Amino acid sequence: MEFNIMNYLISFLVGGLICGLAQILVVRTSITTSRILVLFLMLGVVLQAFGVYPYFKDFAKAGATVPIIGFGATLAKGAIEGAKKGGLLGVLQGGLTATAGGIAVAIVSAFLVGLIFNSRTKHLK
Amino acid sequence: MVSTNKQTVIFNNKPTIVGSYSIGGPLESKGPISDYLSYKLQDDKLNEDTFEKAERKLLEHIIFGAIDNAGLKLNDIDVLLGGDLLNQIVSSSFAARKFGITFIGLYSACATMAESLALGATLIDRQVFSKVCCATASHFSSAERQYRFPLELGNQRPPTSQWTVTGGGATILSARGDGPVITSATFGKVVDFGIKDVNNMGACMAPAAMDTIMTHLKGTNTKVEDYDLIATGDLGKLGSEILVDLLERKGIKLGQNYSDCGNLIYNKQEKVFMGGSGSGCSATVLNSYIMHKLLNGDFKKVLLVATGALLSTTTSQQGDSIPGIAHAVCIERSK
Amino acid sequence: MDSEKRNQNYNMYVDAKLPKTKLFPSVAKAFLVGGLICCFGQLCLDLYAYWWPTLSEAELGTAMLSTIIFLTAILTGFGVFDWLGAFGGAGTVIPITGFANAIVSPSMEFKKEGIIFGICVKMFSIVGPVIVFGVVGSVAAGLIYLII
Repeated sequence: MEFNIMNYLISFLVGGLICGLAQILVVRTSITTSRILVLFLMLGVVLQAFGVYPYFKDFAKAGATVPIIGFGATLAKGAIEGAKKGGLLGVLQGGLTATAGGIAVAIVSAFLVGLIFNSRTKHLK
Repeated sequence: MVSTNKQTVIFNNKPTIVGSYSIGGPLESKGPISDYLSYKLQDDKLNEDTFEKAERKLLEHIIFGAIDNAGLKLNDIDVLLGGDLLNQIVSSSFAARKFGITFIGLYSACATMAESLALGATLIDRQVFSKVCCATASHFSSAERQYRFPLELGNQRPPTSQWTVTGGGATILSARGDGPVITSATFGKVVDFGIKDVNNMGACMAPAAMDTIMTHLKGTNTKVEDYDLIATGDLGKLGSEILVDLLERKGIKLGQNYSDCGNLIYNKQEKVFMGGSGSGCSATVLNSYIMHKLLNGDFKKVLLVATGALLSTTTSQQGDSIPGIAHAVCIERSK
Repeated sequence: MDSEKRNQNYNMYVDAKLPKTKLFPSVAKAFLVGGLICCFGQLCLDLYAYWWPTLSEAELGTAMLSTIIFLTAILTGFGVFDWLGAFGGAGTVIPITGFANAIVSPSMEFKKEGIIFGICVKMFSIVGPVIVFGVVGSVAAGLIYLII
């Protein structure tokens, strides 16, 4: 069992830095949730396509995989690996196969939570 | 008679406010106008299962309350003028379904209260009807889910955003009776200065308020100093600063007697950013605070300039700018 | 009067009048919240690697993300997450929590419009673009790889 404290520190710093940069964008441009998610997702796709992301992930650990950048990178990685194995068909299957778990959990839990809970008026804190 | 500007109407037959009623939601009930509210909501869902139904029930409650306050019966009311913020003004028309009286649905976004008062006073002055009920309401949560995002989305509100008022008010106008009198009104023009930011309604509506105030002052031959209070509907902090600037450039100086219903309704320390908004904002403040002060004599002459931003989610997604409108009514304490 | 010119001037005037938000506090909050969420992810990774040593790195990643998504869904259901999001801003949006919250909140919000037209249709009203861009982008990346 290894709990390397350095991994936590680096996750905190890199993850925090990415979020801090995104927050600057939010404050300066009042960008909507959808747009900012798409923007950082595509950043991940691009980083993976250029082969930069694996190094980044080795360095930053969860600081790279928890942000939506990691989601984009996994999609791109799946498609590229699919291309290596199965050509065109692999490209089409690869991305969603690699991320299927996360998407399924998101959809199933959204469905269940939607069935069970009601939304409430925002309260000022 | 209609004055030469085709907007201002002077009433000679004294359309009188004989009753009023206001409801504020839980947050509004903590604000400065709390003491003047007719009814304070504890539960902003009013035991209904959706916010749309809650808004409808709120409006029904307000209308009954105002009729009761005027000492009248439902059958005495000739016509109900009302509107709200929801698509196809469903809250008003569904509330009207319950009453079985003549209904005229109005929409000027947040300017609906002043529009209904101006129209109601005109109808009475021209002796078309003798008792008119004007009612408007809005609900934070129903507006939020229609115009913005799901309530449970963890987003930050931009600093120029405003908080839709949960609440509303109704006013009963009558051809006879005792109470404050509507002496003149100005119907506004749609004014668009090209603002596209949906989170900055104050800036969209301030030019319309400027236009209507200037037209009204000219049309009635009055000055800013003649009024004890000039209240805009829901320009908010930024919007009212802009209005003061805009009017100053036109040579009209708003003084201490100017305030904005959106600034009056919430405490300064609440994180509502620019203040209150929504069609219920001016309706609530008019029928609580302003009406109270008119009745006890603190105010003798009040100009209510309710402002509305005439956008829909479709137009703003298609990149259109946001037009504004403002309607003004002048209410005077009867001698 | 030249209304285009007037609108331009007015827009410039309004821009100058906009309240200046202080950048530092909100960025610091986003940094803190985002960093902590990533730390929690790291904790999940380490724990799962300890409990199930046979899992591959990719499987560990999926298990960790699924945990965070599920927890976010529950927190959203209990109405905690909108408060957390208002505090943390991008610090909750950029981690996978933002994705999860954005799929759960419309699902809860629109349940009154029915299971099919409410929950199922509106569920993707905010994250739809993420999935569309993600799939299109990944396929594009794969195609480019095939061609090169």
